[in-house]
Amino acid sequence: MKNEKVISQKDFRPEVNMKKRSLRFSRSSLCLPYGLFLALFVVLPLVLIVFYSFTDQNGSISFDNFIRFFSSATTLTTVIISILLALATTVICIILAYPVAYILARSNLNKGGTLLMLFIMPMWINFVLRAMAMKDLLTLIGVFGFNNYVNVVIGMVYDYLPFMVLPIYTVLIKMDKSYMEASMDLGASPLRTFTKVTFPLSMPGIASGITMVFMPTMTCYVISDTFGNGLITIVGKLIDEQFTTFQNWNLGSAMAMVLLVIMLVSMWVTGGFKSEDARGTNL
Amino acid sequence: MENKREKIIEIKNLTREFEDGVVAVDDISFYVRKGEFVTFLGPSGCGKTTTLRMIAGFDKPSKGQILLNGQDISALPPNKRPINTVFQRYALFPHLNVYENIAFGLKLKRVKVTYEDASGKQFVKKEKLSKKVIAAKVEKALKMVDLEGFEKRSVSTLSGGQQQRVAIARAIVNEPEILLLDEPLGALDLKMRKDMQLELKEMHKKLGITFIYVTHDQEEALTMSDTIVVMKDGVIQQIGTPTDIYNEPKNSFVADFIGESNIFSGTIVGNRKVRFINTTFDCVDDFEKNEKVDVVVRPEDVVLKDEGEGQVDGKIISSIFKGVHYEMVMKVGKSEIVIQDTIERKVGEKVSLVIQPNDIHIMEKEFTENKYDGYITKRNTVCFGDGEFDCDVTQLYPGSFLDEEGYLITTEGDKIDLTDVDVNVEVGLKDIEISDDENAGGAIGNIVSMIYKGDHYQLIVRTDENEEDFVFDTEDTWNENDRVSVVIAKDKIKLSLKQEIKR
Repeated sequence: MKNEKVISQKDFRPEVNMKKRSLRFSRSSLCLPYGLFLALFVVLPLVLIVFYSFTDQNGSISFDNFIRFFSSATTLTTVIISILLALATTVICIILAYPVAYILARSNLNKGGTLLMLFIMPMWINFVLRAMAMKDLLTLIGVFGFNNYVNVVIGMVYDYLPFMVLPIYTVLIKMDKSYMEASMDLGASPLRTFTKVTFPLSMPGIASGITMVFMPTMTCYVISDTFGNGLITIVGKLIDEQFTTFQNWNLGSAMAMVLLVIMLVSMWVTGGFKSEDARGTNL
Repeated sequence: MENKREKIIEIKNLTREFEDGVVAVDDISFYVRKGEFVTFLGPSGCGKTTTLRMIAGFDKPSKGQILLNGQDISALPPNKRPINTVFQRYALFPHLNVYENIAFGLKLKRVKVTYEDASGKQFVKKEKLSKKVIAAKVEKALKMVDLEGFEKRSVSTLSGGQQQRVAIARAIVNEPEILLLDEPLGALDLKMRKDMQLELKEMHKKLGITFIYVTHDQEEALTMSDTIVVMKDGVIQQIGTPTDIYNEPKNSFVADFIGESNIFSGTIVGNRKVRFINTTFDCVDDFEKNEKVDVVVRPEDVVLKDEGEGQVDGKIISSIFKGVHYEMVMKVGKSEIVIQDTIERKVGEKVSLVIQPNDIHIMEKEFTENKYDGYITKRNTVCFGDGEFDCDVTQLYPGSFLDEEGYLITTEGDKIDLTDVDVNVEVGLKDIEISDDENAGGAIGNIVSMIYKGDHYQLIVRTDENEEDFVFDTEDTWNENDRVSVVIAKDKIKLSLKQEIKR
């Protein structure tokens, strides 16, 4: 009986239903706040950066900023030094993080996740404080001060190691053990199983570790300032100076643009690296 | 002929106890002959996969030996064993294409090649297989599983059935002595599974490799195997050919697991005579008189006749069309019997059944407890075995108690009327006493059997009305045919609910 009532309502009073429907949120209208957020905080700043980088200080269109950037030996050296520092940091992070992640994921040492927590916890401590403390510690034990570049790399590795450990650990812990068993079953020794199966399959973890370490290390000048005794400048510092000290927003924006392109290129390289290895043409 | 083939693998007293104390495999022994297709069959958690993993080398036995061609391999790592596995979820390497997956084992293989040096001396060198040899072998394996031309495909683009085939090819390409298959067809749909069953069987014939197969699907096991090993709780229940296992199940578990069965508890009442469903049937198995047994009757072995024309009458209470036959349930007294027949009998029709002596399978029953169907009375006593006994009804709900009116109050404060609630009753063999005084106990019967068991007698008292038996141990001597009453202490009657009571 109840059902019939509903049907008759629909039939005789369609306008009621229409009204009700128009009051409902459609799925796309629910996206509106997010769209607004994106427009306001992502697209607009980007447009502003592009605008500033292609105009001079009077507001007229020019390529002067880029020309200045690429013709200055100091800035170019800074960029190259930044890239090299970031590269060194990333490579060292991989070398240190992989065994750590592997042991954490495979052995019984990490029962209950305590050990993993110890590796991850520094990420939650204020980053400037951590850098300062590390510097003092290194000075105390006498490792600090041989070479400013080495110091900066030490500092960066210290700060970014957890970002490399975590993604590799996640990939390893989630990896189906039957792959390793299948490899052993087919005659591979434990070492070969690692090189032919475990390592290639953990490539996505390494790749995401790279994106989480390489890119931030190029701009994070807090560490280079602290550990380089103020003598090492990286791209991030250069941009900061343009915006604060020199008040040249146009050149600063242009630098940010160049950095963005470098980032995209490095992302593309790691992405390509990832899919290349996923097919395993190296076997 | 078959029996003369040598044993390729022999398992001796194999036990696997996990770190948490769970015994997955409990002291099992068996052997597999060369070229045989052996299936481990059992419900999940019965230890079949653990056994397979120990043969493959992924799991180390806690005790016991695994002999391959007479040599103990239980300490060898999996890569040193001439055994390959087809995994449950295939475990194909996602970073390699079909060709590379299949060639994986071949690329690791080293073969001994004999050379002659300049002076004519012979020496042996271990060498990798050449690319050409590998390519030829992979091609052959792909042909075997009907996947020619798939070499360059990425495994993630393959369907479940195709992945399955690649997994098989990857294993057989290494020409192992034994191929282990861990529920390999579990993830496939019914039609595909049936096709693959036949293909695997065909492949087994062609290759001549020993197959050890694990499944929980009894039909799969019956279709494919030469020998079936039925397992339960880490223990082997029966080893035999599919026909043996189907026709002569060793115990009620095997009977129930393999095919559909009616299982009754019965009593041997004479020379090759067994009594169940209140009727005495002729049978072909020899057992001691008065022994308690499990009786198994296959649904297709029950023949229906018109009322009064068979061995026992009953009523059809359900009938379902199953394609080839009708599956009907007949009620005889309190028991229900499943029957398969091509002629339909209507629900409610009074019929009679006949079971040939050959079709009555009798199995020894380990008798440890008297079990009865009972119900609770108004006075909170329990009726079972043609008698009424005092009991403790609060055990049905832990922590509950009875109020002055006789209602049960649970810990949650619910008030329950237990009158006429059906319960399972269990009484241990040591918890029954008998008395000459007919008013002393809850039930009355005659002693029908008295067996001397070394230091005590095992007695059976049978009631008149429904022929309910009380089996118990006693140190006193009685005489057969004595009329006695059965006494059971209040706290020795174990009760459990047949189903949750609706509140």
